[in-house]
Amino acid sequence: MNVLLDHFPEFRDGFIGTVSITVVSTVIALVLGIVVAGFRVSPIPPLRFFGAAWVTLLRNTPLTLLFLVAMFIVPEILFPGMSAFVLGSLALGFYTSAFICEAVRSGINTVPLGQAEAARSIGMTFSQTLRMIVLPQATRTVLPPLSSILIALTKNSAIAGAFSVTELFGWQTLMSEQGYAIAWIFVWVAAAYLVITFTISGIFRLLERRMEVAR
Amino acid sequence: MSASVLYDAPGPKARARNRVLAVVGTLAIVALIAISVMRLEEKGHLAYEMWDIFNYAGIRQNIADAILATLKAFGIAAVGSLVLGVLLAVGRLSDHKPVRWFATGFIELFRSIPLLITIYAVWVGFLTDYSMWALAIGLSIYNGCVQAEVLRAGINAVPKGQREAAYALGMSKTQVMTNVLMPQAVRAMLPTIISQLVVTLKDTSLGFIILYPELLQTARLIASNTQVNGQYPYVSTIVVIGTIYIAMCLVLSGLANWIEKRGRRAKTGISPAEAEAVVLAGDASQAVGTTILGGPGSDRGGSTGN
Repeated sequence: MNVLLDHFPEFRDGFIGTVSITVVSTVIALVLGIVVAGFRVSPIPPLRFFGAAWVTLLRNTPLTLLFLVAMFIVPEILFPGMSAFVLGSLALGFYTSAFICEAVRSGINTVPLGQAEAARSIGMTFSQTLRMIVLPQATRTVLPPLSSILIALTKNSAIAGAFSVTELFGWQTLMSEQGYAIAWIFVWVAAAYLVITFTISGIFRLLERRMEVAR
Repeated sequence: MSASVLYDAPGPKARARNRVLAVVGTLAIVALIAISVMRLEEKGHLAYEMWDIFNYAGIRQNIADAILATLKAFGIAAVGSLVLGVLLAVGRLSDHKPVRWFATGFIELFRSIPLLITIYAVWVGFLTDYSMWALAIGLSIYNGCVQAEVLRAGINAVPKGQREAAYALGMSKTQVMTNVLMPQAVRAMLPTIISQLVVTLKDTSLGFIILYPELLQTARLIASNTQVNGQYPYVSTIVVIGTIYIAMCLVLSGLANWIEKRGRRAKTGISPAEAEAVVLAGDASQAVGTTILGGPGSDRGGSTGN
């Protein structure tokens, strides 16, 4: 009980840290995921190959390894001195983008054939077809898998805590090092994560209902 | 809708444009790689000595031990998660309310908490001196919950007539479950189950954080204990160990895809789920009930969870 009351400021910081890394890497993952999904269905073979390689590689890499790469190799190549938060969000965003790409691609596959054929027959180009016809219609079917991907992203963000990003797992290790009982720490951290994940699934349920009306 | 529906067969003009775009795209990617390599070279990470360390017998032995340690944790976690998964799936479908509630609560709770939090709590709370068991138990709990949802989806996908016929023959509840439902569910869900095992294998890397000497932890130890040219060989060790990890995961997911293809050829039974569907550790309650979209298997009645 005491562990939360005694260290509420740290807990609040951790909670805010988890939420912000989740939001930042969600944005990165969504942008990259949709772009790479576009690559994977594009008429240009090297881009298709690049998309496939991207997905295969990132999906079969342990996230912890990706964090190691981000923390140790990326600063050597790009600008040194990026904060752990930025590097962590990049690792998490890149990792999740592979899953979002696959979700979007299977969403594209559920749009009826006639839609794209009609778009082509009125002379739309590939990017127009994708942007104006196919992707908006794919959104509806992409939403449920997207929600579980984002919940997974929230949970994966815990790993960032082990790489000196301020978030909830960092609070857990800090408190247990200070000798508080792990059971209560676990309860509070779990509750905080439940709040975040329930919020995400709530938002998506809302979105799904909206989309259903639009049908 | 296959990808080619999205664009017309390219004419001469489009072909020329595509070729230009292809060259530009390839050049951009190559340039990015070249810049990375140059920057690494500049910092001395590509020096011969940096990579020569993997010729040392000691370091090779370390890596071999680490692979063994990873596989050991993975083996225990795989067996543990499958056993727990079967128990929880059966529990969640039980006719006894307390059992059902317990299984549901357990699954929902541990599936929505980050695996790392669970592993860390097990490690600090119970098994401080046995990081391998802490890792394996944490993985078993989390992945057991996911496997339970996968199996439950599989059991629900078995046609109702099967169960009714079995009851009509006078089989007991246990017999129906073990002889009729479970075998069909496992067969249908095998690709998904193996995909989740790939996730389990990937997640053994969390042992890094609780100091279990698996591959990544060993990589860190090697890199921080060997000094070459006044630098620590982080880049070379991460590249080598990362390659090993990715290779192991690719082999296992290759197996899942192969089984899926093989199962699809067979005409009997319900068609197997897609291996790709589940690779992410996610929230299954979202995905269960929505068929994973598209692909040749989308006509099946079952559904898969993450």
